[in-house]
Amino acid sequence: MPRYFEDFAEGHTETHGPKTVTREEIIAFASEYDPQPMHLDEDAARQTMLGGLSASGWHTCVIMMRLLADGMLANSSSMGSPGIEEMKWLKPVRPGDQISARITVLDKRVSKSRPEIGFTRLQIELLNQHGEKIAHEVHTHMFGRRSA
Amino acid sequence: MRFFEDIVIGDARVVGSYTFAAPDIKTFAARFDPQPFHMDEEAAARSHYGKLIASGWHTAAVHMRLLVLHNRRLDAEATARGEKSASIGPSPGFKNLKWIKPVYVGDTITYAGEIIEKRESGSRPGWGIIRGRNYGTNQNGERVFEFESAAFVEMRGK
Repeated sequence: MPRYFEDFAEGHTETHGPKTVTREEIIAFASEYDPQPMHLDEDAARQTMLGGLSASGWHTCVIMMRLLADGMLANSSSMGSPGIEEMKWLKPVRPGDQISARITVLDKRVSKSRPEIGFTRLQIELLNQHGEKIAHEVHTHMFGRRSA
Repeated sequence: MRFFEDIVIGDARVVGSYTFAAPDIKTFAARFDPQPFHMDEEAAARSHYGKLIASGWHTAAVHMRLLVLHNRRLDAEATARGEKSASIGPSPGFKNLKWIKPVYVGDTITYAGEIIEKRESGSRPGWGIIRGRNYGTNQNGERVFEFESAAFVEMRGK
């Protein structure tokens, strides 16, 4: 049974992952989309404020996206997102880190102009293997309604 | 990158353009955002988007690539003039990211931005934090993407 807008209750929480982030993935993503030394090269990264190789913040975003897509959206009426309210990169993501996503439905409403669409506000906290919060995000996610 | 002291609020820049081809859209989606309307033309045709569209994260990631390459060009020009460039530190995050319109196959997005705020870092002496508003505009002049960024920038007097 796919999950529709009606199936995501306010206050509902679910956790997905973990996904292990490898050194090779960090460098591959950075080479393509964020080729700065702190994401590419251990020696260069040691000289930076982050003190060692770490994933691009945008890489962290797509790790979050993949956890959300596989865990929550895969068998749902997801219609995508109009945008992100905020993304806080709280701690660096290091090679070997195991990242989980704790997703909470903050609130929800039906679109006034398009009643076949429901808007949920989702909070996503990314946690590493030590239970430390490495990112905090809030975005609006659109789901089709069961009745539509 | 210019040093924090030399950055002026209102400074604007065009960082570059990128055309989103179908194989690129699908490859990105398969790795990071495997939703049907980013992966498959037929599924996209059945969705409310009507056509294959790029993952919003793809739109954002391409902006970052073009920004890094833009800054690298500016640094090379500064070096050629015999000037030093500032280091850029990490970013604490972003706000108000909006995917205003879909990015369809073949769309060319031009990315630009401006500085909206600067302040000295309280926690990191020798560093300032700059905030910028960044945009993506398609070939029809429609804004499709925007967000507010923040980053640490080295001070000349560090």
